[in-house]
Amino acid sequence: MIDIILETAEGMEPIALGKQKSDLLSGKVLAVLFFEPSTRTRMSFETAMYRLGGDVLNLGSIDASSIAKGETLADTIRVVDGYADAIVLRHPKEGAALLASEFSTVPILNAGDGAGHHPTQTLLDLYTIKRESHLEGLRIALAGDLKYGRTVHSLCYALSLYGADITLISPMELRMPEEIIKDLEKRGAKVTETNSIENAINEVDVLYMTRIQKERFLDPTEYERVANKLKITPELLTNVKSELKILHPLPRVNEIHTGVDETAHACYFRQAFYGVPVRMALLALVLGAIEV
Amino acid sequence: MNEEQELRVKRIENGTVIDHITAGQALNVLKILGIPDSSQGVVSVLLNSPGKFGIKDVVKIEKRELNVREVDRIALIAPNATINIIRNFNVSQKKKVHIPIFVEGVVRCVNPNCISNSNEPVTSKFNVSVDGCLRLRCTYCGRFISEDIAKHLL
Repeated sequence: MIDIILETAEGMEPIALGKQKSDLLSGKVLAVLFFEPSTRTRMSFETAMYRLGGDVLNLGSIDASSIAKGETLADTIRVVDGYADAIVLRHPKEGAALLASEFSTVPILNAGDGAGHHPTQTLLDLYTIKRESHLEGLRIALAGDLKYGRTVHSLCYALSLYGADITLISPMELRMPEEIIKDLEKRGAKVTETNSIENAINEVDVLYMTRIQKERFLDPTEYERVANKLKITPELLTNVKSELKILHPLPRVNEIHTGVDETAHACYFRQAFYGVPVRMALLALVLGAIEV
Repeated sequence: MNEEQELRVKRIENGTVIDHITAGQALNVLKILGIPDSSQGVVSVLLNSPGKFGIKDVVKIEKRELNVREVDRIALIAPNATINIIRNFNVSQKKKVHIPIFVEGVVRCVNPNCISNSNEPVTSKFNVSVDGCLRLRCTYCGRFISEDIAKHLL
């Protein structure tokens, strides 16, 4: 199924770029329920729907909605279910999307549930790797907050389906959970760990950076030490593979020096764009406009 | 049980005897069964009783036969328990508990941010696996419980 989504997304790119018109989802309504802010995810879903000729119904501010009066998510879903053909849900609680699917008759697209899952981000990350590098025989390094970063957890699981060789780069206190590493190894992925970007960057095809969150550290000086160590600068790119691609789910703080932006390695802004064709593919598939 | 032990807890005419409960878990077994609220008959609890394989707990419930669902739940905290259905002072059925592959509404998820711990109209759901030890995985948030399962009983 992942391959079908990625292939469908590729066909959607000219429409996502506005070079081709489409009315594939004309007459369809997408409800966008974001219980916490996420600008890129929300805007890319909305763009995807508009580019395919569909309409978007936005929940708007939580403070101005019935949720502020104490309505349960289950009730909100049962109501919106009657207004829309599909629902995109972003919620701060883990498992919210699954719960929503139990109360909905229309498809639910999980746009992130707390520290749980963000599957469409994983799909767009995979799509970026496929488009900018290659998924088969991939050597990838993931750097930053690997403990709490749900994007890297899900991406690792997805990469293990393609037999990737994965290097995990993080400070000790932000290591990938042991349970996930065991799962990856069981699935046949080769996993190695290091705390230094320099140790891995010259060997890999893709470097996936994530933001280290300051609030995770009790000691600000410890944060500074770690954050500055896991930082990509133009100087670090001297001996890397010419085809190295650097990805980041954004927003970045200081983990990628702006001098990297102009190099051929920088891929993160295109990665953000790829969210549109991937979400177009998902919407077209779940709404039955494209049959599998 | 020998005669001396019978003096402590007398035989029941009809009901269920749950034997070989992991020592210390008898009160949690009662919690799973909703006792005393759901029972009309006398309930006897024997804690730290000597058995062939070490100490164990025993629960005798008069005038009530357990259903499969209740037995499955007991297995989560007392995987070696045996269920004896007593009819007219005789053991009419004796069976071991089976660890279920799925439980609903039995255990609370350990993750405070799990949607099943909010005011939503859903019950907790867990997939159960035995991989060296008993592990429960929350269907909603994916968090595992593998220690002190009794502590999380609803």
